[in-house]
Amino acid sequence: MRAAPLAAVSLACLAAVGCRQTMDTDPKYEAMEPSSFFSDGRSARAPVAGTVARGELKLDTAYYEGRNGDSFVDTFPAPVTKATLLRGRQRYDIFCSPCHGLLGDGNGVVVQRGLRGPVNFHEDRLKRTPVGYYFQVITNGRGGMYPYGYRIPPDDRWAIIAYIRALQLSQDATLNDVPPAARPGLNASHGESGVER
Amino acid sequence: MAQVFHRAANTVARASIAGLILLLVLASGLLWVFFRGAYTQSVEVIKDQPAQFSHKHHVNLGIDCRYCHTTVETSAFAGLPPTETCMSCHSQIWTHADMLEPVRASLAENRPLQWTRVNWVPDYVYFNHSIHINKGIGCESCHGRVDRMPLVWRAKTLLMEFCLECHRNPEKHIRPREEVFTMGYQPKQSQSTLGPKLVAEYQVRKLTDCYTCHR
Ligand code: HEC
Ligand code: HEC
Ligand code: HEC
Ligand code: HEC
Ligand code: HEC
Ligand code: HEC
Repeated sequence: MRAAPLAAVSLACLAAVGCRQTMDTDPKYEAMEPSSFFSDGRSARAPVAGTVARGELKLDTAYYEGRNGDSFVDTFPAPVTKATLLRGRQRYDIFCSPCHGLLGDGNGVVVQRGLRGPVNFHEDRLKRTPVGYYFQVITNGRGGMYPYGYRIPPDDRWAIIAYIRALQLSQDATLNDVPPAARPGLNASHGESGVER
Repeated sequence: MAQVFHRAANTVARASIAGLILLLVLASGLLWVFFRGAYTQSVEVIKDQPAQFSHKHHVNLGIDCRYCHTTVETSAFAGLPPTETCMSCHSQIWTHADMLEPVRASLAENRPLQWTRVNWVPDYVYFNHSIHINKGIGCESCHGRVDRMPLVWRAKTLLMEFCLECHRNPEKHIRPREEVFTMGYQPKQSQSTLGPKLVAEYQVRKLTDCYTCHR
């Protein structure tokens, strides 16, 4: 008769153990999870200064810094295709348009809410500025503009610059710059541009 | 010998057996509702956050999800914005708002804001954002109308049956890739014609094997 209570107690213990949801939270860090081990509380550790990951040796300064020696490059270090421009447009709309506006006229939504300073890309000075300078501004920021380098990889930075150049050209374009086949659609409206995003 | 039990006891005994079964069914039903339901999965529950960040405000300004959730297209993790991202605008606007005090303190002290997560799956489940984004599944399908949330909450249970419902029938939920970030998306043609077309175009498979998510 002693066996029955014993069995009941052990069953209860088993049941209690079964309730622990240990596999819900493994002893591992997920992205951005805080850590109590490191004094700064971050589980993601910064690499030691000067570390170079495989395939990330950035010797091509024209491509990775927009510079040749002391001067900014003025030609694109990578080929610019239609795909580049479409990608550039998408990335521009995400990262630049809130301030510089969809047209590049410096009148984005955040400017309408009080932010001061985003430039109008259609100023003569900026039309003449070499592309390498733009690259440098995106990467490191300038004055009131924060750096975007940590969020936008280099190939996207070049794509954005190509699109800004296209925006700049677009403002002075005449009907003769448009391929004849595309002209009829131009009178239609500002709406559907027919360009795939 | 006199009868111990009254005649009616037979009925009582039968009724109590039926009652016991009924009780068991009811109890397990309740337990099921409790453990598999929206309530326990904290659906539509707002958590304490270190700063009162409103998606309703920011998304309706027209700021793209990717301005802040930068890695959502390329990695498993969507990414939460570092304080610098907030400051790219708020170093100039609403600079004295009390609501932004925690953000300014975080920048000054170089101490990240610790947001309270509202969406999660258990660690034995593998989830990856990038594949869903690239195969045309909108944020809205899993996170609901984020553009209407003053503070974020979990919109779906994120239970296994929720994932499987779509993995079995992706054609009911798929949208064109350029609409993935749109809130309040309405298909231009009926979903029953558009869905299968996109499934074929994006080569979407029906991933229902256990090892898809439990690896
Ligand atoms: C949060 C608002 C904001 C966003 C987003 C933003 N900028 Fe700016 N940008 C500014 C401000 C403010 C300035 C003026 C900086 C100064 O000189 O003080 C500026 C200036 C510039 C300049 C001109 C520098 C000069 O010589 O006058 C360039 C080029 C530029 N931005 C490019 C970009 C590009 C490309 C993007 C998208 C990747 C971008 N910006 C996104 C706010 C922004
Ligand atoms: C692209 C620019 C931009 C970024 C980035 C940005 N904000 Fe804002 N934020 C705004 C604007 C503009 C307003 C004012 C809204 C309005 O006037 O309708 C605002 C308002 C606010 C407010 C007060 C208004 C309210 O009721 O919500 C808070 C708090 C706030 N933002 C927090 C944040 C936090 C935290 C971050 C970083 C995760 C952030 N913001 C990133 C542009 C931005
Ligand atoms: C201005 C920056 C910003 C933009 C734009 C933005 N978010 Fe967020 N998002 C945040 C911040 C900061 C958090 C963490 C704060 C919180 O949980 O309230 C967050 C949290 C979330 C979460 C909850 C994460 C969790 O599980 O705790 C979801 C889901 C989300 N965002 C979806 C979106 C979607 C979808 C969009 C585009 C429609 C979007 N966000 C646009 C800054 C932003
Ligand atoms: C197929 C469903 C699904 C889709 C589509 C989806 N999410 Fe998520 N999201 C989740 C799940 C599940 C989690 C919790 C992940 C975890 O616990 O690891 C999550 C978490 C998040 C988080 C918190 C950080 C993280 O990665 O854990 C953010 C921010 C977020 N999602 C934003 C977005 C945005 C923005 C989009 C659209 C571009 C999106 N999500 C599309 C299911 C989805
Ligand atoms: C609204 C539809 C939808 C929902 C909800 C959904 N998925 Fe998916 N999922 C997809 C599609 C579509 C694919 C891509 C199938 C393919 O690759 O052809 C996918 C693929 C995946 C993959 C494969 C990734 C890889 O690298 O092989 C995993 C893992 C996954 N989903 C996990 C989940 C989990 C976990 C949930 C629930 C939290 C979930 N999904 C919810 C539609 C969905
Ligand atoms: C599309 C992704 C996906 C696939 C495929 C999948 N699961 Fe799951 N599974 C989940 C998620 C998400 C959970 C977590 C539910 C929760 O939050 O409790 C889960 C939880 C579980 C659990 C824990 C009990 C529970 O439901 O909470 C078991 C057991 C399980 N899965 C078994 C399986 C088996 C067996 C298969 C293959 C037939 C399978 N799963 C396929 C996503 C998946």
